Amino acid sequence: MSEPVTDVGQDPNRRDFIYIAAGAGAVGAAAMVAVPLIGQMNPAADTLALASIEYDLSKVEEGMQAVVKWRGKPLFVRYRTKKEIAEAKAVDIKTLRDPQTDAERVKAGHEQYLVLIGVCTHLGCVPNFGTGDYGGWFCPCHGSEYDTSGRIRQGPAPKNLEVPEYTFLSDTKIKVG
Amino acid sequence: MSDHPSTYEPKSGIEKWLDSRLPIVRLAYDSFVDYPTPKNLNYWWTFGGILSLCLGVQILTGIILAMHYTANADLAFDSVERIMRDVNYGWLIRYVHANGASMFFFAVYIHMFRGLYYGSYKAPREVLWLLGCIIYFLMIATAFMGYVLPWGQMSYYGAVVITNLIGAIPVVGPSILTWLQGGFAVDNPTLNRFFSLHYLLPFVIAGVVVLHIWALHVVGQNNPTGVEIKSKEDTLPFTPYATVKDGLAMIFFLIVFAVFVFFAPDAMGHADNYVKANPLQTPSHIVPEWYMLPFYAILRAITFDIGPIPAKLLGVTAMFGAIALIFALPWLDTSKVKSMRYRPVMRWFFVLFVLACIGLGWCGGQLPDNLVFSITTDAHGNPLGLKVVWLSQLLAVYYFAFFLIIMPWIGLKEDPLPVPASISEAVLAAHAKKKG
Ligand code: HEM
Ligand code: FES
Repeated sequence: MSEPVTDVGQDPNRRDFIYIAAGAGAVGAAAMVAVPLIGQMNPAADTLALASIEYDLSKVEEGMQAVVKWRGKPLFVRYRTKKEIAEAKAVDIKTLRDPQTDAERVKAGHEQYLVLIGVCTHLGCVPNFGTGDYGGWFCPCHGSEYDTSGRIRQGPAPKNLEVPEYTFLSDTKIKVG
Repeated sequence: MSDHPSTYEPKSGIEKWLDSRLPIVRLAYDSFVDYPTPKNLNYWWTFGGILSLCLGVQILTGIILAMHYTANADLAFDSVERIMRDVNYGWLIRYVHANGASMFFFAVYIHMFRGLYYGSYKAPREVLWLLGCIIYFLMIATAFMGYVLPWGQMSYYGAVVITNLIGAIPVVGPSILTWLQGGFAVDNPTLNRFFSLHYLLPFVIAGVVVLHIWALHVVGQNNPTGVEIKSKEDTLPFTPYATVKDGLAMIFFLIVFAVFVFFAPDAMGHADNYVKANPLQTPSHIVPEWYMLPFYAILRAITFDIGPIPAKLLGVTAMFGAIALIFALPWLDTSKVKSMRYRPVMRWFFVLFVLACIGLGWCGGQLPDNLVFSITTDAHGNPLGLKVVWLSQLLAVYYFAFFLIIMPWIGLKEDPLPVPASISEAVLAAHAKKKG
């Protein structure tokens, strides 16, 4: 067309407005579609209904560890020997990658019991009990080594084994979660 | 090539009728019968056809497996055992599918090294190369999710380790991880979504393969000289020349495939995967499938923090970076000559690169503290020597240097050998030499 069309386009602002409004509407619609499509992948309500468990500590013997399933993950309950506790306390925490004292990781008066989430903070494997150079755990996947307080001492893991929220209901019973 | 005019002539009435409505027979004829291929293609060029065959085999056996498989964390392992013991020919279908994945990767690695050696990624084939890289990436994702489905110990911990890689991303990593796993650990929701995607992705791959072949037919095939087709003298029609050559190569490939399926079906698998997944106990030595081992070795090679960046994030970045570099290759190579036949220096670095990849693969299968060889013993009589992680670090450095330093630098410095004027000239010269 060589002749300019004069009857539309007289008011360019109105055209622009329609383009912008239509574009914004399309973006909004796409976002509204995306929310459920992406959101459905997140944990479902039943998965989120996290349970807490009670555990009878008299089932663990000194120097041993029990592994319980809690929220789909292994929970370590370890009854430490006097020697293991002393070793954990003797460490100079300045030398640690994730500095924490042993006292911060146990409950006062119950320091023989160490309760941990048994998931390596590297890439999530379950570390093996009692192996490795630090007497705690050795992760078979990429060789992270934890001490008798569950603190990271060597290998690729960045953090100490996580201590879950738990309380002592009695001297021999804990509630986790 | 796109400028090759169609020579298809519909003969019967029905062919003419169809041709003027949907010229699909013409497309097939132009692409796979009359299509001009360089006349000097060697057997390294037969792996494209072999790869198409592999994809077909995986889809066929996969659809059959899905008819008998149950995607549920409590039932999956037993359903695979049932396929092996009770379903008619189930053992055969599953062994073909499991070994087929290995054969698929074996073929794709040869195909990729072929492209690397003969410069098939260089202009005008960059898009073709990128599409190939996308296929490779999708293959990794598909095979990884497939390996999770039998829900054995290796399946489970493979899924744990690989999904946790995402958790290394600062700030948003943990939420993405939960989103990906559909929970706070790898569990039933993870298995279900992996099954869904494992079913889907091979068809996405098939779609990208169509684009890959389209791009190939626009720019034409590369060939061992790296010299583009200049005249009709340089080419032969696809059928019968390439079809027969591809067919012969496929027969040999299928023989090797059959030897694995019938005589060593578990040679490339791991015994631990015949133990049902146990979230409370990691097997003492977990390793991925052989075709992922080089990248696994790179992941584990980074055992140190750099400044504020933790080793975990560095390792994950290095691993994904190693794959990303393959995508970037067309823009890293500065040489004007395509084929390494005429690149006397680069070809040696290429050989070293292949060896480094194999070496990394070997390291990936070992425990990091194992010794490659021992030199002396310490005070307690334990052997001391070259640790696997040190070798991995050395080889990983070469892997990255190959792309980031050697490729750009040698391309500028090297004096290439004289390149033949055309494909037919090269072929005739080779003939004359043979006759003496
Ligand atoms: C790119 C193509 C494909 C690759 C590389 C691939 C790879 C794999 C691998 C490595 C496994 C684990 C085998 C084992 O150790 O048991 C597997 C399992 C499985 N795949 Fe595929 N697959 C592909 C296509 C498909 C397709 C199209 C389907 C169709 C639905 C499918 C369905 C299955 C099923 C049901 C299993 C579980 C049974 C089993 O473990 O043998 N796959 N796949
Ligand atoms: S998962 Fe434990 S060291 Fe990697």
